[in-house]
Amino acid sequence: MDYLKETIDSLNEKLTKGEITPEQLRDETLAKIKEIDPKIKAFITVDDAAKVSSVSPKESKLAGIPIGIKDNIVTDGLKTTAASHILDNFVPVYDATVIEKLKKAGATIIGKLNMDEFAMGSSTETSYFAKTHNPWNLDKVPGGSSGGSAAAVAAGEVVAALGSDTGGSVRQPAAFNGIFGIKPTYGRVSRWGLIAFASSLDQIGVLSKRVKDSAEVLNVIAGYDEHDSTVSEKPVPDYTEALGKDVKGVRVAVPKEYFSDAVDQGVRDAVTKQIEVLKNAGAIINEVSLPYTKYVVPTYYIIASSEASSNLQRFDGIRYGYRSENAKNLLDVYLKSRSEGFGQEVKRRIMLGSFTLSAGSYDAFFRQATKVRTLIVRDFERVFEDNDVIVGPTTTTTAFGIGEEISDPLKMYNNDILTISANMAGVPAASVPAGLSDGMPVGMQIMAKRFDEASIFRVADFIERQNEFYKETPKGLED
Amino acid sequence: MKITEETIKHVAELSRLEFKEDEIGGFTAQMSDIIKMAEQLSAVDTTGVPETVQIVDRDTTFREDKPEHWQDRDTMLKNVPEKANGYIKVPVIINKDDND
Repeated sequence: MDYLKETIDSLNEKLTKGEITPEQLRDETLAKIKEIDPKIKAFITVDDAAKVSSVSPKESKLAGIPIGIKDNIVTDGLKTTAASHILDNFVPVYDATVIEKLKKAGATIIGKLNMDEFAMGSSTETSYFAKTHNPWNLDKVPGGSSGGSAAAVAAGEVVAALGSDTGGSVRQPAAFNGIFGIKPTYGRVSRWGLIAFASSLDQIGVLSKRVKDSAEVLNVIAGYDEHDSTVSEKPVPDYTEALGKDVKGVRVAVPKEYFSDAVDQGVRDAVTKQIEVLKNAGAIINEVSLPYTKYVVPTYYIIASSEASSNLQRFDGIRYGYRSENAKNLLDVYLKSRSEGFGQEVKRRIMLGSFTLSAGSYDAFFRQATKVRTLIVRDFERVFEDNDVIVGPTTTTTAFGIGEEISDPLKMYNNDILTISANMAGVPAASVPAGLSDGMPVGMQIMAKRFDEASIFRVADFIERQNEFYKETPKGLED
Repeated sequence: MKITEETIKHVAELSRLEFKEDEIGGFTAQMSDIIKMAEQLSAVDTTGVPETVQIVDRDTTFREDKPEHWQDRDTMLKNVPEKANGYIKVPVIINKDDND
C-alpha cells in the first residue's frame, strides 16, 4: 500500500468496494512499516496483532484505516512510554478518550510513535529509544516533539497520525516533514489519557499528508468528554465542509515579527509566495504587529516547566514505571528511580520549573510569566478583531542536522518562537506545506480564533490545491 | 541572579532528583544560562496586568459524584513494580536507626 498516493477517501473507497479487506490493509501497513521504518525509526512499538474493527466502511470514513499514535497517548494493552526510560515497561489498562473515539469509528491502532521524552524537545533526539530520521534527508531531524508521527506520515507508513502540541510539537515537525499538522483550540479535544506535560498548554492534534485527512480525523476525536473538564461542550462542526472553497474576502493578518531576520530567507520567500497566492485569489492581506513575540520563549519555558515539574511528580517509582533496584528506603526510591529514569532534558525542565515556583523566585519568574502571557493573549485578541486568520512561517529554519543543536538547550528552545503563542492564547493553529528551500520542506502556519478550525481548514486546503505539494516525494526515501 | 551549585543542589532536593558530584558543575552552568534567558521578562512592564494561568471558555463544570465500576484491583495493580496480596510494596519508610 503506497500511502504517499492514498488518502482516507481513496482507502475508504477500496474498502467499501471490497477491493481490500481491513485485515489486508492492516497487514500491508505492517509490511510497509517493516520495509521503511528501519531507515526512519518513527515507531517505538508496532502492534502486529492490531485489532481490526467490524465497523462498516460505509458507516464510517475511518473504518479499517490504520492510524499511528504518538507514544504519550495511552492505549489499552499496548505499551506506552512517552519515550522515557521511566515508563519503558508501562502497559496502560485503559484507552485515552481519543483512542476510544478512533476505535469506535473503526480505525486500526497500528502502533506507537517516537517523540522527545515526555514531549520535551524539538528534534525527537531526547527519546530514550532512538533517533528518528527525516524522510527528506536522513541526516536531518524530523523536528519534535511529535517527530515520529510526522516522519511516519511523510514516509508513507501511515496516512494519518495523532500527535500532541504544547509549544509547537505538532506544527514544527509537520513543517520539517512537508505535511499538514493541526493543533486544535485548547478545549476542543479531550486530553484524558494524554500523559500530561503542561496542562494549560497541552493539546492533542492530527498530522496527515493531505488537509482533508486531518479534517476527517478531527471530526472523530473532537468534542465533549466528562473526563476532561477543560473540554468544551460546543458542538463539533463537520470540518470537511470548510474544504473546496475559495478565499475571497478572507482577512489574513501577517505579523511583521514573523518575518524578521531571525527567519531564514528561504523560509520567508516560500511563505511570502503563498501569501501572494492568497492575495491574488482575493484574500485581504493586512500587515499587523504582535509586539510581545520576542518574549514568548522565556514566558513559555517558565510556564511549561513549572507545570511539568508539578505534573511529573507522579513518576515516583511506586505505582507504575521504573523503580530503581538500588533504593534502600522510600526517599531513595523517589530519588534514584527519578534520577535513573528521566533523561537530561526532562531533568532540566523539572529543575527549571521547581526553581521558578520556589520561594524567592515565584514572583519574579512564574507570576511575571503569567502576566506576560496575558499580554501575549491580548496581542492575539486585538489582531483577531479585524482578521480571520494569522499567517506566517511555522519555523525559522528548515529541518536541522541530527546532533546539530542537541548540546545547546537555548538554541533548541528558540525553535518554538513562532509556534508557542498559539498555545499561550489557546487558539487553533496548523502548518501547511509552503514549498521547498534548499530541498527541505517549509511550513506556513495558519492560526485562527478560538474554535474556528474551519477557517484554518479553508485556507490550508486552498493552499494545498494551489501548490499541490503532496505530489513531491521525500528524497530520503529514494535509494 | 547568581545561580550557584548550592542553588542547584537545593532545587534538586525540591525536585526529588540527585546529581553526581561531577555533573553538578556543568549542570549549574547550563541552568544559569537558561535562567538568564528567563530573566528577560523582568524588562516587561506588567503593572496592573492580571495573571493568565488557564485558557478555557467557561467555568469548570462538575459531574455528579457517584461511584462507578471502572477496573478491578488486579488490573489497576498491573503496572506496580512490587506488590503482594493486593498491596503496593515499598522499602522501609523509617530506618531502624531513626528510633535510636
